[in-house]
Amino acid sequence: MAKVPINVKVNGVEHNVDIEPRLLLVHFLRENLRLTGTHIGCDTSHCGACTVVMDGRAIKSCTAFAVQADGRSIMTVEGLEQDGKLHPLQDGFFQEHGLQCGYCTPGMLMTGYVFLGTNNNPTEDEIRHAISGNLCRCTGYVNIVKAYQYAAQKMREGGAEDGAKNIA
Amino acid sequence: MAPKTSPEIGGMGHSVKRKEDPRFLRGLGNYVDDVNLPGMLYLDIVRSPYAHATINNIDISKATAIPGVLAVITGKDLEKYNLHWMPTLMSDTQMVLPVDKVMYQAQEVAAVLATDRYIAADGVEAVEIDYDPLPVVVDPKKALLPDAPVLRTDKKDKKDNHIWHWEWGNRDATDQLFREAEVTVKEDIYIPRIHVSSIETCGCVAHFDKVNGKLTVWMTTQAPHAIRTVFALVAGHVGLSEEKIQIISPDIGGGFGGKVPVYPGYVIAVAASVLTGKPVKWIEDRMENLQADSFARDYHITAELAGKKDGQLTALRIKTIADHGYTDAAANPSKFPAGLFHVCTGSYDLKAAHVEVDGVYTNKPPGGIAYRCSFRVTEAVHTIERMADLMAHEIGMDPAEFRMKNFIKPEQFPYKSALDWEYDSGNYAAALQLAMDKIGYTELKKEQAEKRARGELMGIGISSFTEIVGAGPSKHFDILGIKMFDSAEIRVHPTGKVIARFGTKSQGQGHETTYAQIVAEELGFPVDSVLVEEGDTDTAPYGLGTYASRSTPVAGAACAVACRKIKDKARKIAAYLLEAHEDDLEWETGKFFVKGSPDRAKTIQEISLAAYTNHPPGMEAGLEAVNYYDPPNLTYPFGSYICVVDIDKGTGEVKIRRFVAIDDCGNIINPMIVQGQIHGGLTMGLGPALYEEIQYDESGNILQGSFMNYLLPTAVETPNWETANTVTPSPHHPLGAKGVGESATVGAPAAIVNAVVDALWHLGVRHIDIPITSAKVWKLLRDAGVKD
Repeated sequence: MAKVPINVKVNGVEHNVDIEPRLLLVHFLRENLRLTGTHIGCDTSHCGACTVVMDGRAIKSCTAFAVQADGRSIMTVEGLEQDGKLHPLQDGFFQEHGLQCGYCTPGMLMTGYVFLGTNNNPTEDEIRHAISGNLCRCTGYVNIVKAYQYAAQKMREGGAEDGAKNIA
Repeated sequence: MAPKTSPEIGGMGHSVKRKEDPRFLRGLGNYVDDVNLPGMLYLDIVRSPYAHATINNIDISKATAIPGVLAVITGKDLEKYNLHWMPTLMSDTQMVLPVDKVMYQAQEVAAVLATDRYIAADGVEAVEIDYDPLPVVVDPKKALLPDAPVLRTDKKDKKDNHIWHWEWGNRDATDQLFREAEVTVKEDIYIPRIHVSSIETCGCVAHFDKVNGKLTVWMTTQAPHAIRTVFALVAGHVGLSEEKIQIISPDIGGGFGGKVPVYPGYVIAVAASVLTGKPVKWIEDRMENLQADSFARDYHITAELAGKKDGQLTALRIKTIADHGYTDAAANPSKFPAGLFHVCTGSYDLKAAHVEVDGVYTNKPPGGIAYRCSFRVTEAVHTIERMADLMAHEIGMDPAEFRMKNFIKPEQFPYKSALDWEYDSGNYAAALQLAMDKIGYTELKKEQAEKRARGELMGIGISSFTEIVGAGPSKHFDILGIKMFDSAEIRVHPTGKVIARFGTKSQGQGHETTYAQIVAEELGFPVDSVLVEEGDTDTAPYGLGTYASRSTPVAGAACAVACRKIKDKARKIAAYLLEAHEDDLEWETGKFFVKGSPDRAKTIQEISLAAYTNHPPGMEAGLEAVNYYDPPNLTYPFGSYICVVDIDKGTGEVKIRRFVAIDDCGNIINPMIVQGQIHGGLTMGLGPALYEEIQYDESGNILQGSFMNYLLPTAVETPNWETANTVTPSPHHPLGAKGVGESATVGAPAAIVNAVVDALWHLGVRHIDIPITSAKVWKLLRDAGVKD
């Protein structure tokens, strides 16, 4: 199949590559760029394991073509940690036991990254609706809600410096 | 119970943060689909659109003409190597790829091997198969009728669709008690097909190295060692030898029982790698996972309970039809075709019981695996907890009071049940009382009475379950003959650091943390200095794996016993170093000291170094131990759950207002992880109770084949679970622990159903099969003449 050129920035790094137009964004990230933190859990955009941030919006990369990312900026779970400091959400999931098998976690983190970016003082109900497009089979969501609340508080206080030290 | 160790050591009772989290939080986990080898090929599978059909012809020419498609593998190709059928865990047979007919929709029919994932999918589209549809049997009751088409025509003497009959208990005594009973209740209870749907699907990367003849398979398996042996037994004739098979179970994105069986895709990928000498990756998509991988439950139960008018229960009688699909591929211990279903007398002191189960073939995918429970225990608990509630309502007794009256009493343990299990320990009344206190049971009953008078629908449901986990004692428990022990191998390094390896495999349970905590508890090494490894059969000791809540009861016990062996040797080394008699030494976390002289002490780290640098003359150097633990009994975790529901009269929607879960899993290793397991388990109880079901139409078409209509609970439907524990240690487990991963999934559905039926009892509703959808409730309300 004929390839087409795209220019896409992923976690701040620019990529000019030729790809098949049918290539899904999630496969582009996982296989072409080897960013395997983004997972695949379903084929119908229900589970949210593949959630990444594209130009500031959380999208499901299993139902987007890589060509749709042309000229855009993508952030994946690998881009959350900055200068060796974990994002408050990563810290929150660690502190509140917001993950078990870890498979849905990257999607949960990326959904939260966008959600808390627009609302850093959410109610429990708002959090539950925000993650309703991300399925978790392990945690029963209780501790994911707490992880979001933990992160929201850290973000209101301005950063996760203290918490990040706790994670090796 | 206060921890015996400091937080820095982090032994039992500390909510140690998980050691596995940092890699997952950074997106650096290593799941099967993350494995990427040079020259790796991709396998994709052609699946049957029919539930039952003869295969006339498979035309692969268009597929193989696609550039990048290397081969299309069919049943006839595998037949040449006698690999077209494989045994199931229940000693039935299952097709890897069919030669002449398909038995269920979405069955594997051919496999395309290609250089790229997308090209493999193109190949799948291009394979042309000519089928002749055959009559389809989806209803197991119809499958047993004399005129039903016989499905397993591959079995020469098979004249019907009946697989096996199994029964347990004292039939005569039970029948006698039913004849004498003052009150009996009877109910048909269907527990539907459901699917574990771990968010990661199944898959593998098989790599046969032709140079040294070694096969390495990274695969989504909960039981890597057993898989290695199965591969060696099934494919020994084509040259696979067990010492040259390495199974690696990397990070697993949830298991819940679905990653115990051997699926045809794994076998085809291995065959493709052996034939090509190249690495082959096969990863299911979600629809394949839902439509073809092993299902759970599908039990058609008729249950009867007998008792006296004062509420005293006497006997239980159960007949069940078990729909196994086209082959019995259940994941049960070999001697138990219906799993541990005969723990169905539950938490109650019954005089007699009798249970019968008949396995049946239908044109559906095979299975009968657990769905986050220990071998049919959810079926057992659901039945007894529904029946107990029905009896309480029938005689007009409060369901809590009714349970209190019939509970096995603390002083009766160890308790021999009417169906021959020996329950290890329990205090059922304490758990129920705590649940009642926490939820405010008396006030809720009052509120309910007031609301009912106003025409509002509110229900309160109780489930007081007893589980049976930690399989199991070698006398009764094996899988394909391999006894169900588990193992720990612990090595202490000279610098006082530890590597501990196990025969189990975490799928999210946090073994890397909790096993390290057991080592910390037993030997006093800080939890941070203990590295836990599992899942690589080349390095880990042989074990039967992680399912049926057996990791803590069996491998956790092995860990404690191995640590105690190390401690015995450490005592001898300490005595030598301290020039004291070993009987004069006392242990305090992390050190031995001379009785009465606490200053004369050697830390475990000093002893570790001495084991390699200054060990006593005549003693072997080193400090390590292995234990293969054969549990003397199963463990019996229990709990009491209370659920409060409000029902919308207009829509039939069931809203869970509160859910209090009191669990007792014996002594707790990590309270944070235990609570997390219960949260998750409750949510996997909620799903089947209200949303999850796999159905088939009369032609065998699956109706819930994707997440579009197989509904997992989201955060919105899931209530904010309220949890607490009582602690009744297991008397026979070295740590007093019992296992917890599945309790909540086992106990929760009955509490929810009991609450809904309680809300509707006055309208004449006696039972509702799960899932209790809004549509079912809406219809019941309309039938009862309830207006919006």
